[in-house]
Amino acid sequence: MDIAVLQFPGSNCDQDAFQLFSRGLRLPTRYVWHKDTRLGGADLVVLPGGFSYGDYLRCGAIARFSPVMGAVLEYARKGGLVLGICNGFQILCEAGLLPGALIRNSSLEFRCMTCELSVEDAGPAFNPGALGDRIRLPIGHGEGNYRIDEAGRARLEANRQVLLRYRENPNGSLEGIAGVRNEGGNVFGMMPHPDRAFERFHPSRDGLSVARAVLAARFPDLIRQSA
Amino acid sequence: MKRAGLPPNPDPVLNQLVTPELVKKHGLLPDEFEQARRHLGRDLTLTELGIFSVMWSEHCSYKNTRPLLKGFPTEKSGATAEFGRVLVKAGEENAGIIDVGDGWAIAFKIESHNHPSAIEPFEGAATGVGGIIRDIFTMGARPVLLTNSLRFGELDSAATRRLLRGVVAGIAHYGNCVGVPTVGGDIYFDRSYEGNPLVNALCLGTLRHDQIRRGKATGLGNPVYYVGAATGRDGLGGAAFASRELSAESAADRPAVQKGDPFMEKLLIEACLEMMAVPGLVVGIQDMGAAGLTCSTCETASRGGAGIEIELDRVPQREPGMNSYEIMLSESQERMLVIVQAGREGEIEEVFAKWDLHASRVGSVTDTGRMVVRHHGVPVADIPASALTDGAPVYQREARRPAYLDESSRWTPEGAGLADVGIAGAQAALPRLLSHPTIASKRWVYRQYDHMVQHGTVVLPGSDAAVVRLRLGPGEKFIAISNDCNGRYCYLNPRRGAMIAMVECLRNLVCAGATPLAMTDNLNFGNPYKPENFYQLKECVAGLAEACRFFDVPVVGGNVSLYNESPAGAIDPTPTVSVVGFIESEAHITRQFAGSPGGRLILLGGAPSEIGGSQFLGIIHGMKTGDAPAVDLDAEKALQGFLLGQIKAGRVGAAHDLSEGGLLVAVCEMLFGPAPLGAELDLSGLPAPRQDALLFGESQGRPPTSRR
Repeated sequence: MDIAVLQFPGSNCDQDAFQLFSRGLRLPTRYVWHKDTRLGGADLVVLPGGFSYGDYLRCGAIARFSPVMGAVLEYARKGGLVLGICNGFQILCEAGLLPGALIRNSSLEFRCMTCELSVEDAGPAFNPGALGDRIRLPIGHGEGNYRIDEAGRARLEANRQVLLRYRENPNGSLEGIAGVRNEGGNVFGMMPHPDRAFERFHPSRDGLSVARAVLAARFPDLIRQSA
Repeated sequence: MKRAGLPPNPDPVLNQLVTPELVKKHGLLPDEFEQARRHLGRDLTLTELGIFSVMWSEHCSYKNTRPLLKGFPTEKSGATAEFGRVLVKAGEENAGIIDVGDGWAIAFKIESHNHPSAIEPFEGAATGVGGIIRDIFTMGARPVLLTNSLRFGELDSAATRRLLRGVVAGIAHYGNCVGVPTVGGDIYFDRSYEGNPLVNALCLGTLRHDQIRRGKATGLGNPVYYVGAATGRDGLGGAAFASRELSAESAADRPAVQKGDPFMEKLLIEACLEMMAVPGLVVGIQDMGAAGLTCSTCETASRGGAGIEIELDRVPQREPGMNSYEIMLSESQERMLVIVQAGREGEIEEVFAKWDLHASRVGSVTDTGRMVVRHHGVPVADIPASALTDGAPVYQREARRPAYLDESSRWTPEGAGLADVGIAGAQAALPRLLSHPTIASKRWVYRQYDHMVQHGTVVLPGSDAAVVRLRLGPGEKFIAISNDCNGRYCYLNPRRGAMIAMVECLRNLVCAGATPLAMTDNLNFGNPYKPENFYQLKECVAGLAEACRFFDVPVVGGNVSLYNESPAGAIDPTPTVSVVGFIESEAHITRQFAGSPGGRLILLGGAPSEIGGSQFLGIIHGMKTGDAPAVDLDAEKALQGFLLGQIKAGRVGAAHDLSEGGLLVAVCEMLFGPAPLGAELDLSGLPAPRQDALLFGESQGRPPTSRR
């Protein structure tokens, strides 16, 4: 197993994501610098939270032009597993790997709090078996208001691409959408932070289950071992 | 006196004569100007006048407070070789450092950005956060938490609401982006801060003992590097601006407020820590904060007993045509000065190239003891470095006890004919107290701050003290931190009010299960040239020093902010205190929220009996009078020792400090936890000459607790 956590200039949850996989799940984890153009033999590529390029212009809009993103596009096209958390989700939307866009919270303010989430039936790609139907994860973002046009929304529903929904909408997201996957079922994005929900003193330890759910379809044995 | 011994400045504008009017405009007294001339043995150039004016401002020189600050204890007498030693003392460097054992240490400090925030709340508060973070990582520490202490006028004013929104948004903007969690803070609303809000920001970082870096220039010929953002015309003379009273014309000072770029700061943190991790590369490093390039060059030279020569052509510049005065006095943000080992220039340049940041060699260390500045090859300033630092004037100001204290200290509710509160009165008063913004939940504020990034926050904002897990190499340790200062008490009894700030902060830590370790303070006061203001300052410092010595909690650094006045007068004296406590075991971590139904509430310390200086008097009766509550240091120590012992023995489910609003408010705050609870109180056995004092008085050392 080889987990690659990308580091963009301005990433600030890179260490959190690293610890979620390395300490939380005890999986071999490494960083990949944004100027690298190769991902090596990664089994999962994680785009962490933060403010890549200061969120200037638009969240994720500059990071998608980082040298490493060429390799990420190629890797995803070949079916490689990709997880974007918070700013990582925003980058994946900007890069066209996930549908929709994230705009300013309806409150026009940053929100840091723990949210109750419904786990949606997103098919076998996102294995919710160990998740149950409700989880609690922290959020920390100013631009997590998920938007998509009507045709896109219909496709999301038809393909069961919604992963998570807020039970109480903290940011104005369309139909409370907190996380989605691509049609192929190998690219995942979510605004809530599984990387803030894995230590014994965290508001929950549901981050571990979410990380396992992302890996479950592809690596069933390994996940059973670490659980 | 000789004429200026330097050739003409390349910019003709800077060759005008230094007249008494210009000296006055720079905030220097005629006598101070004469001292500066004596240091040089000749007249000053305009660039040099600018340099002296910022370095000798209160903000940089502490000229009116240095003698007072000597009263603070700077070492921990109970420290052992393994724990609690002060490794870098207050005043030595950009921040103090204290040993937390196993070869690890913490650096922390609080600093004000009051005046910039009054004029431009968003940028003022944001750059306050940026500045204090630089003070921490320049010591070699990785910043791991932020807190802040804010004071505003009452929210019925639209101007105050604008300031509050701007300050909170500015702190959120900077702290969230830079990725350091804002884990706690305190906010008060009081008329005395109207037009002059207080914005004090604290940062704490962790480092190994062998990672401690100093702001020292040593080693003849070592190259001096400028790293980080380019220099612009923003923040010109900000330190001098901060050392004046605010007036109607202050808005015209807007260029004196800096603009922050937290993204640049994040890159700078990572690049600097990466550079400092290279063995032997960095000789000295200092942030360019107040007084920018000026302060960082002369302070590093002075500390190292060396000189520094720089060429301004090599300073990265944001706009063309800047002259030497502007470059030396600019307070553009996110810049650092680094002295590296000669011959290893390639190594520093490689690190900064990786992070796409400027790293420009601007000069060298010399053995002349002088700070020599050239522009286009022409010397434009040539000053003994120590004249700007240790040579700054020091004053013992006149102190006079304010007349209002005679009246307020003699005030009693009986003497004033204040009717006691009945049952109906108490029922009406409680919701009014709970809904006053000083007492009400601050969730509106802290949910805008990222308080969970770095995934170490254990006790989230909203409890008595924040608790954070520090990841130190393979191990971990838990610390608690709290800020406190009730300016109302300090106004009514400066010495006692400051002691209360300290003991209340300690009590908050003990309620969280922590043993107090060390303190940093931010002294926010009015114009020290007014003897009544200086009396408040002197008395508050004496009170703090006494409490620090009594509890063996050393001061490891801090900040002084004077001239906090608006046309309506000086602010209430506000010596903000922030103490870090150490938690021995994760099992000791305690919150203020009473757990589940059926638990028993116990009031420690006896019945509250004083009403002077309380929020009840302020909010219900519109009075700021009476004496501050009494403080008995011995009783306080016994109480805190007892409570901590009970917590460690596992007998305490929740503990909460009784403070603003008194007993009923404190109990309500214990109930407003994740699951709403109610309580039945039996106060029948308590002596209560006055019901209002029992229910709403703020007597010290009365924490309600719940049995586990």
